[in-house]
Amino acid sequence: MPEVTLIEALRQAMDEELERDDRVFITGEDVGQRGGVFRATVGLFEKYGAERVIDSPLAELSIVAVGIGAALAGMRPICEIQFADYIFPAFNQIVNEAALVYYRTNGEYNVPMVIRAPYGGGIGGGLYHSQSVEAFFAHAPGLKIVIPSNPYDAKGLLKAAVRDPNPVMVFEPKKGYRLIRGEVPDHEYTVPIGLSEVTRKGDDLTVYAYGMMHYYTLQAAEMVAQQDGIQCEVVDIRTLVPLDKETVLNSFKKTGKALIVYEDNRFLGYGAELAAILSDEAFEYMDGPIRRLAGPDVPGVPFAHTMQDFFMPSPEKIAHAIRELAAY
Amino acid sequence: MAAPNKETLLDWYRQMVLIRRFEERCAELYQQGLIGGFLHLYIGQEATGVGAVAALREQDHVITAYRDHGIALARGLDVNALMAEMLGKATGVSGGKGGSMHLANRDLRFWGGYGIVGGHLPLAAGIALKAKYNEEDEVVLCLMGDGATNIGYFHESLNLSAVWELPVVWLVENNQYGMGTSVARASGATEIVQKAMAYCCGPDGRGMAVGPRLDGMDVIAMYDGISEAIEHARTKGPILVESLTYRLEGHSMGDPQRYRTKEEVEEFSAAGPIGRFRNHLIEKYKNIGSRLDSIDQEVLDEVEAAVEFAQNSPDPTFEDLTSHVYVD
Repeated sequence: MPEVTLIEALRQAMDEELERDDRVFITGEDVGQRGGVFRATVGLFEKYGAERVIDSPLAELSIVAVGIGAALAGMRPICEIQFADYIFPAFNQIVNEAALVYYRTNGEYNVPMVIRAPYGGGIGGGLYHSQSVEAFFAHAPGLKIVIPSNPYDAKGLLKAAVRDPNPVMVFEPKKGYRLIRGEVPDHEYTVPIGLSEVTRKGDDLTVYAYGMMHYYTLQAAEMVAQQDGIQCEVVDIRTLVPLDKETVLNSFKKTGKALIVYEDNRFLGYGAELAAILSDEAFEYMDGPIRRLAGPDVPGVPFAHTMQDFFMPSPEKIAHAIRELAAY
Repeated sequence: MAAPNKETLLDWYRQMVLIRRFEERCAELYQQGLIGGFLHLYIGQEATGVGAVAALREQDHVITAYRDHGIALARGLDVNALMAEMLGKATGVSGGKGGSMHLANRDLRFWGGYGIVGGHLPLAAGIALKAKYNEEDEVVLCLMGDGATNIGYFHESLNLSAVWELPVVWLVENNQYGMGTSVARASGATEIVQKAMAYCCGPDGRGMAVGPRLDGMDVIAMYDGISEAIEHARTKGPILVESLTYRLEGHSMGDPQRYRTKEEVEEFSAAGPIGRFRNHLIEKYKNIGSRLDSIDQEVLDEVEAAVEFAQNSPDPTFEDLTSHVYVD
């Protein structure tokens, strides 16, 4: 199997879905002629034309809302928001329309669309190019949310998202776009939305993570295995909504200890809900405090690289948290 | 555009009276506590809705804001299902989930009422994009109130429709008040059509057409004006039209209406659209009075039957609460 970067896997997914289904189109700022701010759509404008890879004005609410309207009317839009930080002008459209229409019309209309947005820190982007926004949207039933951590899942989940009859948000770890490489098969495949994956087996404790933090967690798990003999189980959440509770709970029932790693602010972040579910539904199996390692509760990821490093969980910080929890 | 014949005019009369009686009955039911929440009546604006919707072809689309009962009735939604929705019954248009402000019907290409002011405008652009993308001869009629023209959605949507040359008719129902704030107190331009001029002058003559200010109390003027606008939209691109109309009731039930005088309301009431159209028909056709009287009675009976249907309909169940969150 050929090895590709995470962003190349995403590009392949969009290429194949454009090829497969005429109803699929892409819109967003600079997705066409320029090939995307991160080059995720490079070559697609030339291959499919301006009618299907549509450059939009710099207007996020319209990018998303046009996608919703087109999806209502039977299309399969992929809307790109350049940075997750820019998604808030479209917040109303996403939570009040995309998430609600199917429910509100009692099944009369649905919104089969994809919203892609690069998220997260680690590239020195500062306050408005580093945010993790998944918790805002995970709070709105009606939306599905996936965050891939590797090229295989990125391609398979994005293709599944395009085919899903619901609105699916795909948050992509921009730090990993070119850093994370992996094998992607030549043949057609999708990764089902709604399934988490145990990506490392272990008995001592479970670490839950997604996106860039999953990539770091695997590194941390290797460090503590070699240096301390601690055997972590690692669960890649992959689909945040709807959550694969079975996989999440089964691992915890085996290890009895949970460390949840996420890059977003700690308070009311996605990991808070995971912690609540574990304590509600697997209390009898608990063998230590449910720990969270997350960004501090400051309003944003600061610009200075020193402060960015303070903010972000890293393999070393994750390893430290694993050791602490293992010793409990 | 053929001039409407006698039977067509009588049908418009029937629709206008139906809207009026439906709304009056809703007001009574609201006062009796049988309709809850918020109720926004279309009384006074019947000529605008009926004339505009009459100009649509079967393949065209219509989408509107929260004051949507009149548009739903004009487009032909089932009166029983509408009244049942008002009462929150399982037999309602959306099974009681959406309520008064979110009526919709896919078969009739009625994309709904929308509860967030201006939020449906970019969706209309998306529906129009679908028509253009598939090279279908379809036009989207998007109605909004004057209040919606002060919100960002309006400007993004107009701009997008101009840049992408979308087949949309933007119809501003200028009823002179956004809730309790008059146009003069809320809008930099008191003639709403002036706002379209900002998007009218693209390269090669592309862009938004600035349509007329129509007499929104005259159903025939509305039909003629919107028919021309639809022809423009399908052959040339987007156009914005303004209807000068008047809301004879409060913004919603229980509005003390301190923002306008009784004399002003009485003046518009005396020149109301139904009486004016009735007089027109009596002048134009000899001995039509008895036909009009029998239409009046038929409509009364139809609305009464709808109330009976709604009151005898079952309430939604607990299972209905959790249905239609996601498409399986």
